[in-house]
Amino acid sequence: MTLIQVKNVDFGYSATRQILSDINLEIAPGDTVGLVGESGSGKTTLLRLLLGLARPDSGSITFDGQNLDTGNRAFMRQFRRQAQIVFQDPYSSLDPRQTIFSIIAEPLRSLKIDGDHRQMVAEALEAVGLDRDAATRYPHQFSGGQRQRIAIARAIVARPPFLLADEAVSALDLTTRTRIVDLLARLSAEMTLLFVSHDIGVVAALCRRIVILEKGRIVEQGETAKILKNPQHPYTQRLLASVPRLSVNEISS
Amino acid sequence: MTTEIITAPQRQRRPLILWAGLILVGLHVFAGLLSLIWLPYDPTAMAGGRLEGPSLLHWVGTDRLGRDLFTQMMIGSRIALTVGLGAVAIGAVIGVTLGILSAFATRWLDDALAATLDILIAFPTLLIAMLVVAASDTANLWSAIIALGIALSAIVARLTRILAKRVLVMDYITAARTSGSSWPKIVAIHILPNIWPTLAVNFALQFGLAVIAEASLSYLGLGAPPPNASWGRILQEAQGTVYTAPLGAIAPGIALVSLAIGVNLLADGLRDFIDPTRRAR
Ligand SMILES: Nc1ncnc2c1ncn2[C@@H]1O[C@H](COP(=O)(O)OP(=O)(O)OP(=O)(O)O)[C@@H](O)[C@H]1O
Ligand SMILES: [Mg+2]
Repeated sequence: MTLIQVKNVDFGYSATRQILSDINLEIAPGDTVGLVGESGSGKTTLLRLLLGLARPDSGSITFDGQNLDTGNRAFMRQFRRQAQIVFQDPYSSLDPRQTIFSIIAEPLRSLKIDGDHRQMVAEALEAVGLDRDAATRYPHQFSGGQRQRIAIARAIVARPPFLLADEAVSALDLTTRTRIVDLLARLSAEMTLLFVSHDIGVVAALCRRIVILEKGRIVEQGETAKILKNPQHPYTQRLLASVPRLSVNEISS
Repeated sequence: MTTEIITAPQRQRRPLILWAGLILVGLHVFAGLLSLIWLPYDPTAMAGGRLEGPSLLHWVGTDRLGRDLFTQMMIGSRIALTVGLGAVAIGAVIGVTLGILSAFATRWLDDALAATLDILIAFPTLLIAMLVVAASDTANLWSAIIALGIALSAIVARLTRILAKRVLVMDYITAARTSGSSWPKIVAIHILPNIWPTLAVNFALQFGLAVIAEASLSYLGLGAPPPNASWGRILQEAQGTVYTAPLGAIAPGIALVSLAIGVNLLADGLRDFIDPTRRAR
């Protein structure tokens, strides 16, 4: 059983420079996968491909057995209900001129999801640990951590089975980060999570599987525990060596 | 005590700006609307002696033909508001549309549009307006308004393009896309609301420019003939007698400046009032 299958995918923003090369990746439903790599290694780019925001130059991506065809409107409409994303920057991810209600309800409106939107937004707010009356306020009235919770509420309000998080905790201070990681851990019990981070400690705490990306190539992937204990690829070894042991223990405890 | 002295003016600044703008613009709107149904005197007929000073009968005196100047000033308010609103409306519709399209266009089309706009903007607004008005056989108000609107649209388009591009790279646009929102919807609910506060302030500036440009056209004799004469024509007719009867030149000048300032204050005040990110937290 696979939810996402990426086969031999190449991609470049321009013809002259390839960003992703020969990506092969499978994500099982319900799994929690960490995508790790240095800045510029192509993590965000890979997420954009998985979200159908860009199209691979070659190779294929399938979602639930169906080809992720960005030109197929009927399929994309269906697909948009399945996958949502949380970004790194809690400031640019919320429209400053919309109320929290409008922000969180946007997927419900645009995806034409039936039901009482007020109630669904209230439930999403509750799920991320915010007050119901946050709905009437504006983003500038919240802290970075609270904004990130709002962004997560928007991502889960339509109950997508697949959640992508692009460095969703990198911009937060340590205590807030731990809380948001806890929240994501709780959510990952009910959905498939692809969690991008350059912080191996957080990935170790959160993800069952790990994928290591270096310069647009996957150099190693497998169970997190195994890879952390016995990294095969020199790049992974270097990556692990640069992580202070303390932070791994601290966050996973 | 000290904190109150420091914070009080800040708290009052916004409503004050809004009120000042409302009053200045309101006076012109009132005078302009009233001129449609009632005028103190016939604007084309002799109403008193020539070049009279201000009196109870003639609030700003009379011109060299003995016509009441206040009557002409009221009509001038109407003309100025028509020109400002008309030109800005045309400039806004064309400019915002072009700017948004340009922000979405492919690289080369966007570059071509940007270059065209830069060239257009290099020509002074007044020059473009003069050419268009001179080209149309009758000097009428609407040819001036359309000419000014088109000239302004280039400035609006360039600004819109820059502002829209800045919004387009935000993560909330990507989130809107993964939320299933279509591009037209994204423009309507994310892009326009986020660029309009800056655009509105710019429109107010353009309004003032358009009114001044039309006054300049009239001053140069390219404006509408009486009885629909603008402040520019009053100014021009008062030119010869500026030393003996300076009011004929001062009054239209004050009217022009007060309307331009009023519109800008109004835009500033309204923006503070409506924009959620500027409201008191
Ligand atoms: N829109 C774009 N157009 C052209 N090149 C881009 C674009 N976005 C990213 N790139 C390039 O693609 C490469 C990979 O970028 P990407 O954002 O995927 O990296 P990342 O792994 O997410 O890095 P980070 O950890 O800093 O977020 C970089 O070299 C970047 O310069
Ligand atoms: Mg990135």
